[in-house]
Formats: sequence, structure tokens, C-alpha cells
Amino acid sequence: MNEHNVIRVEALSKTYDSGFQALKDIDLDIRHGEIFALLGPNGAGKTTLISVICGLVNASSGRVRVAGHDNVVDYRQARRLIGLVPQELTSEAFSTVWDTVSFSRGLFGKPKDPAHIERVLTSLSLWDKRRNRLITLSGGMKRRVLIAKALAHEPEILFLDEPTAGVDVELRRDMWEVVRGLRERGVTIILTTHYIEEAEEMADRIGVIRAGELVLVEEKRELMRKLGRKQLTLQLREPLERLPDSLDASRLTLADDGQALIYTYDARTNGDDDPSGIAELLAELDAAGIHFKDLHTRQSSLEEIFVNLVREAP
Amino acid sequence: MNLESVKTLYVAEMSRSLRTVLQSIISPVISTSLYFVVFGAAIGTRISEVAGVSYGAFIVPGLIMLMLLTQSVSNASFGIFFPRFSGSIYEILSAPVSYFEVVLGFVGAAATKSVILGLIVLGTASLFVPFSIAHPLVMLLFLVLTALTFSLLGFIIGIWADGFEKLQLVPLLVITPLTFLGGTFYSIDMLPPFWQAVTLANPVVYLVSGFRWSFYGMGDVSIWASLGVIGLFLASSLAVVSWIFRSGYRLKP
Ligand SMILES: Nc1ncnc2c1ncn2[C@@H]1O[C@H](COP(=O)(O)OP(=O)(O)OP(=O)(O)O)[C@@H](O)[C@H]1O
Ligand SMILES: [Mg+2]
Repeated sequence: MNEHNVIRVEALSKTYDSGFQALKDIDLDIRHGEIFALLGPNGAGKTTLISVICGLVNASSGRVRVAGHDNVVDYRQARRLIGLVPQELTSEAFSTVWDTVSFSRGLFGKPKDPAHIERVLTSLSLWDKRRNRLITLSGGMKRRVLIAKALAHEPEILFLDEPTAGVDVELRRDMWEVVRGLRERGVTIILTTHYIEEAEEMADRIGVIRAGELVLVEEKRELMRKLGRKQLTLQLREPLERLPDSLDASRLTLADDGQALIYTYDARTNGDDDPSGIAELLAELDAAGIHFKDLHTRQSSLEEIFVNLVREAP
Repeated sequence: MNLESVKTLYVAEMSRSLRTVLQSIISPVISTSLYFVVFGAAIGTRISEVAGVSYGAFIVPGLIMLMLLTQSVSNASFGIFFPRFSGSIYEILSAPVSYFEVVLGFVGAAATKSVILGLIVLGTASLFVPFSIAHPLVMLLFLVLTALTFSLLGFIIGIWADGFEKLQLVPLLVITPLTFLGGTFYSIDMLPPFWQAVTLANPVVYLVSGFRWSFYGMGDVSIWASLGVIGLFLASSLAVVSWIFRSGYRLKP
């Protein structure tokens, strides 16, 4: 077992009985203690992937290991480590918050521990509601209950399938607070989301899934570096046929039949006076006798990277 | 064996019944009492003894069986159907429990409830007619085996059903007719020979007969045949349940 990879997904495929292939040959390693965000449009296969790992859906081929345990053969050892917060709000309508959370702990084979249940409920602001029946709770409160249920057996790996869908700002903040606390205790967290800012804010690594294929897995910092890239476009007075030799061709490209000059720079570079190099560029252009009539800058966002990835024809 | 998990499932199922204690206990008691009033007291007084016991006493074992079968099937089928219906079954499927443990929790709770109900109905019956129990241990054995077997059957129905209609279809179209035609209210000796032969294909006949034997030391078929049929039933239900879990039928896509 590789100590750093708490979950290993190897060549995993899933074809539903309908004949629809929801997962195509997925390979993915989740590292111990990280927050991994799985991004993808509706129907990409995020829930299916999570469901196979957690044992709710049978894989068609491939295998999953959780802390070295095969999730089919050694399902007990594998599942003991996992807590799952499903995408859909589901609940035993008539039981109370306290009972349903205690039930989850017992179901996972852990001895009673009211102090732990109390901690979990308090951290999710559910303590006041512990005697309420689930049917009387609002949607956001039910979502908290599902999170509490998943945490009741002190899992080492937590799956959150779209935890912030239909959730207000306050709960979102609460939830991230809880997630950060868990992470500090060494819990590995895998979450799916449609909100890129959320992945940006929380995740250590980001995976993008499209039509059942994992098209990208990268450190968030690496993606942020791409995000930090900016472009300056200069509309030239006179079209250029080629770049003058005096200019740095590695950061400049001609576009629009030579009518535009595009300069790519890193907005985060920590220079002193001229971090972007724009002032220098403009001086060089002036020296080369190149004049422009207009200019604008734009930032290539993670959103853009994401949308491009997702739109690309399979 | 993960006893903590089994206990949790069992207790949760039992307390679910406690929440609906009125529906769970009062209604079978009332309906059984009505049977006694109508069949035992009103009609029974006009019927002379059947096989050596008063008609009122004769129908006691059959009525308990009738209640046991319908309650076992409906309890167990609702028990597993609801989490499937509401989606909360995800938790059970993702828990570190074996299928056997899940069945033990759900079916164990349903069967326990049925046995308790059976004893309550027995007590209710004793208020209406005097009767004796010749073989109390055999009686208990039958009670438990039948409750277990039909709770398993209910569990299977609860997994097979994809809507409330189907959930009620089997009890309504299969269990109730078979029970009514299973010698609850009559001895099959009373039927013409042809119908006697047909009736012997009805498994409920063996259950009622064996159960009646434990009360009065006599039945329509031998006690061994009764035990054989219930054993066969139990074994095939277990086989179906284990197939369901191995294949993931209706539980895992
Ligand atoms: N039980 C099923 N039978 C057949 N097809 C299914 C089943 N469950 C999911 N699918 C299909 O598999 C594909 C992936 O579904 P999945 O729920 O994994 O997507 P997702 O990425 O979680 O989407 P969303 O963002 O909407 O939650 C979808 O096209 C869906 O229609
Ligand atoms: Mg989903």
C-alpha cells in the first residue's frame, strides 16, 4: 500500500444496464489528507464515480482500493473508513436528528459515544434541533443532518457530493469551517461541485471529469498559475507582417492578420517597479516605431480553462 | 459478525414500529376480535364440533396464522421498501455490514414483531373461547418459523416492488386468498375429494395444520409434512435473499 494514496482507482469503467457508459477507464489517486475537488458538468459521472468507490454502484470493470483494501473483497475494512454525504436529500422523515445521527454511528459498528455525537451536532449548529423530527427541518438543515450522519462514525475519508447545492451563504461558511477542521485532523476530503470558486477556495487538487472521462487532474496552485496569466492586446495602427527582431518573441504573438499584438504576462510576478513588463514593452514598441490605436487586457480564468475543457468534443 | 450494526438496524426497525404502535398492534387485535365475534360466536354456535373441538376453538390456530402471515409480510416489506423509496438506503449499502447482517436486522425485527402480535392475538382469543395447547413448544416453534419465513418473503417483496401498488399486490392477491383457502375456517375433510387434492398444493394448509396440531394434537396433514413444508419455504426464501444481495438486484445499479 502506498501511504500517500488513500484511494486508488484503477481502470474503472461503469456501463449502466441501460447501456449508457457513465465512466470510461478512470485512473485516479487521492492523497492522504488532501481536499480533492471533482468538477464537471451535469451528467459527467461525478456521482457515479463516488458511488462506485462507496459501494453503492457495481463497477463494470477496474478496481478501487481504499487504504489498500479492495472495496469489493475487503468491503468491511474499506467502508469503515468512509463517510458519504449524498447529493440527494434523503431521510427517515419521522425520526429525530439525534436518533438518526446515532443510528449512523451504530450502523457503522461503532460503540455509542454521545459526546462525539454532541460535538458533531454542535459543529454543524444542529444541537438546538436535536429533538426535532427530520420532516420538520428545512432543506439546508437536512443537508447539515446528512453531514452529521456521515461524520458520526469518525471517518478518515469524507465524500461530499455537491454539499453546497441549495445552501445559503451562512451554511456554506459553516460547512467550510467544518471541512477545514476535519482536514486539520488529517481527514481526506473529496467533494464535487459546480462552483469553481468553491474549488478554488477549498481544494488542494482539482480533477475535471467530462462525459465519463477524467480530463484533468492538477494541483490547484498550478491551475491558479494559469489563472494568473493575463493578456494585453494592442490594436495596431499599421498591420505588421512579422515581429521586429528587437522584440521578445517568446511573450508576443501577432494576431488578426497582423492588426493586433498580444502580450502574455504573469500578473503575479513580484517585480519592483514594473512587474508585468508592460512599461518596458511600450517603450520598446515606441523605439521600434510601432504605434497602436487601442488596447485592452483580460484574464484567462479557471472558469475559462474549465469551460474549454468541458466543451471540447470528445 | 458485526453485532453492533445488527443491533442498530434491529432497534431502529423495532422503534419504527413503536412509533406506529396503534397501527401495529391495535388493528390486528381488533380485526382478530371481529373474526371471533362473527365466526366464533355468531356462526360458530350453529356449527357443531369440528374434529372433536368446538368451532370457536378450532379456528384459533388458523386465525393466528392468518394474522402472522399478513403481518410478517407487510411489516418486512414496508421495512425495506421505505428506505429504498426515500433513498436513505444509501447509508445501509455504504456501511461495513454484510448482507446477512442487514437481513438479520430487518427480518429479525419484523419476525419479532409478528411473534409478539401472535401471542397478543392468542391472548385475545382466550377471552372469547376456552382452548388448550397440547404442545406449547411446538406451537412456539411454528410461530417463530412462520414469522421468520414470511418476514423473509416480505423482505423479498419489499425489494422487488417498485411502487406502492406492487407492495400491496402480493399480500392481496396471493397471501390472503391462500390463507383463507388454507383451512383457517374449516377442516379440509369438509371439502369434496377433488378440492381436498387441490388444497394440498396450498402451502398454507400445511402451516395451519401443523399449528393446529400443536394445539389439539390433530391436523389435516401429518406434523412432519407441515415441518417439511415450512423448512422448504424458509430455505427457498433464504436462497432468494442471498441471490438478491449477491446480484445487487434492485439495490445496486
Ligand atoms: N441508474 C442509472 N441508470 C442509467 N443511467 C444512469 C444511472 N445513474 C446515472 N446514470 C447516467 O450516468 C450519467 C452520469 O450520472 P452522474 O449522476 O454520475 O452525473 P453527475 O456528474 O453526478 O451529474 P450532476 O452534476 O448532475 O450530479 C448521467 O448521464 C446519468 O443519466
Ligand atoms: Mg451528481
